[in-house]
Amino acid sequence: MSINTTEKQATDFNVEMPDADGHFGIFGGRFVSETLTAALDELQETYEKLRNDPDFQAEFDKELAHYVGRPSPLYFAERLTEECGGAKIYLKREDLNHTGAHKVNNTIGQALLAKFMGKKKVIAETGAGQHGVASATVAARFGLECKVFMGSTDVERQKLNVYRMKLLGAEVESVTCGTKTLKDAMNEAMRHWVTNVDDTFYIIGTAAGPHPYPMLVRDFQSIIGRETQRQCDEQIGRQPDAVVACVGGGSNAIGMFHPYIKYPEVEMYGVEAGGLGLEGDDHAAPLSKGKPGVLHGNRTYLMEDENGQIMGTHSVSAGLDYPGVGPEHSWLKDVGRAKYVAATDDEAIDAFHKLTRLEGIMPALESSHAIAYAMKLAATMDKDKVIVVNLSGRGDKDIHTIAELDGVTA
Amino acid sequence: MSRITKTFERLAEEGKKALIPYITAGDPDKATTVPMMHALVEAGADVIELGVPFSDPMADGPTIQLACERSLKHGTSLRDVLGMVAEFRKTDKRTAVVLMGYLNPVEAMGYPEFVEQASAAGVDGVLVVDMPPEEARSVDSMFEEAGLDLIYLLAPTSTERRIKTIGEVGRGYVYYVSLRGVTGSAAIDVEDVERNLDHIRQHVKAPLCVGFGIQNAEAAARVSEVCDGVIVGSALVSRIADQADNPVQAIKDVTGLAGSMREAMDANAAAEA
Repeated sequence: MSINTTEKQATDFNVEMPDADGHFGIFGGRFVSETLTAALDELQETYEKLRNDPDFQAEFDKELAHYVGRPSPLYFAERLTEECGGAKIYLKREDLNHTGAHKVNNTIGQALLAKFMGKKKVIAETGAGQHGVASATVAARFGLECKVFMGSTDVERQKLNVYRMKLLGAEVESVTCGTKTLKDAMNEAMRHWVTNVDDTFYIIGTAAGPHPYPMLVRDFQSIIGRETQRQCDEQIGRQPDAVVACVGGGSNAIGMFHPYIKYPEVEMYGVEAGGLGLEGDDHAAPLSKGKPGVLHGNRTYLMEDENGQIMGTHSVSAGLDYPGVGPEHSWLKDVGRAKYVAATDDEAIDAFHKLTRLEGIMPALESSHAIAYAMKLAATMDKDKVIVVNLSGRGDKDIHTIAELDGVTA
Repeated sequence: MSRITKTFERLAEEGKKALIPYITAGDPDKATTVPMMHALVEAGADVIELGVPFSDPMADGPTIQLACERSLKHGTSLRDVLGMVAEFRKTDKRTAVVLMGYLNPVEAMGYPEFVEQASAAGVDGVLVVDMPPEEARSVDSMFEEAGLDLIYLLAPTSTERRIKTIGEVGRGYVYYVSLRGVTGSAAIDVEDVERNLDHIRQHVKAPLCVGFGIQNAEAAARVSEVCDGVIVGSALVSRIADQADNPVQAIKDVTGLAGSMREAMDANAAAEA
C-alpha cells in the first residue's frame, strides 16, 4: 500500500479531532480552575492563529532541520528481526535527535509560541528528565529563563539529567508533596503557573493536560509519523502493517499514530508500563487497567482507587511513571482504532539488553517497552510483514538504573 | 429557595455579612469534623465550606495540600464526607453547607448517585474547583433538580464574557478569588478587590463572596465592607495543622480565630449602619 500524503481519503475517523472545546469524544476538555482559564484562552487564541501560518510552520521546520537534526533515520534492524524470526522490524530513530529523545520536537514548538507571545520565562514538569532537558535546551537556545519541576524521587533516580539541566542554566525545583513523581511535578508546575501567568509560559511535556495542550503537543510531535510515512514509501515502497510506541503520557506515541489514524490497514499498538505485572497495583497502565476520570485538566483513563483518589504508580522507567494518559489515546482505545498493551519491567530490561547487543543501539527504558512488545508481535507475523517501532529516546540516562539492577557499581 | 439564598437574605435584613469558614473534612481525623462544624456555627459561621480531600489538589497551596494528606491518611472518602454532613444536619437545619473539592471523586461515584446522596445528606451547594461552566453543561440540570447550588469561581483574570456566563449559570453565591495564585498565598489587597467587584456586580446578581489571602480578623472586617461574604480557609486549616495531634485544642483555636473574625465583621457593619 502507498499512502497519498496530500489527498484526504474517505475514513470513519475524524482526524480533525479535537472539537472546538478540546474534546476527543468524551475525553479531553478543559477541567481547570477559573484562575487558569484566561491563560489557556490566550494560548489557544495564539495557537489557532499560528497553527496554519506558513511563516510559523517554516520557522518550526527550520529549527527541526538545523537544530534538532531532522529527519531522524528510519532504520531496518536486521539482526533484531532475525532474532525474532518474523516481521521485519524498523526503528524510527528519535533517539538521534538533539538531546536524545522525541521531546525536543515539542519544546521547540512551544518555545516558538512563548517567543511569539512575548513570555520571557518558561516552566516545565519532568519525570525521567528528558522533557526537562529538552525544555532547558530550548530555553538556552531562545534566551528564556527556565524552571523545571521534578518529583524528589525522580531527582534521585535521574541525577545525570538534573545536572544536565543545571548546566543548561535551568533551575530544578524538587517537589516533595504527594507521591513525589511526575504527577506531583505537574501539580506544582500548574500552581506556579497560576501565580505567574503574566510573564510565564508553561511547556507541558506530554499530550495531556487542559485544551489546547493535547492538540498542540500532538501537532508538534506528528512530524514523527509524517516522516515515517514518507520514509516507508521511499525505503520499503509501502506502509508498515503495524506501528508500535510506548505510552506514558503518550506524546511520542500520538506523534507516530496521529498521521496513521485515517489508514485503518496500519495497526497501532501503544505499550504501557506493566511494572511488576498487571495483576497487582504496581504498574502504570491506565489504558489497560484504569477507568475514565478527570486529572490535570482533562478527562482520560486514570489509575485511581474506588473513591476517585489518584494512585501511586510503578515503573522501572521514570518517564512512564504517570497515572494518566493523553486524552486522544483514551479516545483511540474506546473507538478501537489503537490497541493498548503492556510490557513489564523485566520485559523492558530484557529488550534493552537485546537491542544493545544485537544492534549496538542503547534504547531508553521507556522505548525499551515498545521494543519488548514489538519483538513479541514480530514473532507472530509473517516475514513479509513490516513493523515500525518508535525508538523515542536513547538509554544513556538509564545506565545507572541498569547497572544497579545488574549489581554493578558504574 | 435554597438554604444558601435564605441565609444571604437573612443577613441582608440584619445588615451583616456572611462568614464562610473552610475546613477539610477528615482533618486531622474523621471524628473531629462534625464537632468542629458545630463549633464553627457557635463562633458565628453562616455557611460552611467542607473540603472533600483529593490526592492532587492542583489549585491549592501547601496548607490545604497537607490537610488533604492528613485526611486521606485515614482514608476519608466522598461517602464519608456525605455521612458527616448527614450527621451535622441531625441537629443543625439552618447553616448552609457547601462541598468544595475536585471533580474526580464525584466522577468516580457517578453524577446521579452523587447528587441524590448529597441532597439526601443535606448538602446545599457544590463548588468543584476543576469543573468550569463549559464542562458542567451536561450535568448542570442534575444538580439543579436535586436542589444543589453549583457555585463557581471568578478571578481577577476573568474576562467580561466569562463574568457574564457565570452571572447566568452560578447559583447560591459566586466565589471571587482575590489574588493570582493558589490558596494560602499572600495577603489580600482590598482596594483592588473592591474595583473588580464593582465591575463584576454589573453582571452577577448572586451574592459575591471573597476568598484567598484573608489571614486575620482585621482583614476579614475590611474585606467584608466590599462584598457579601468572607471565605477563610488556609488561616483556619493552619491552626488545625498546628494541633493535629490534639483535636480538642484544634477546635478551640479554629473557632477562636473564626469568632474574632465574626466580631470584627459585625463591629464594622454596626459602625457603618
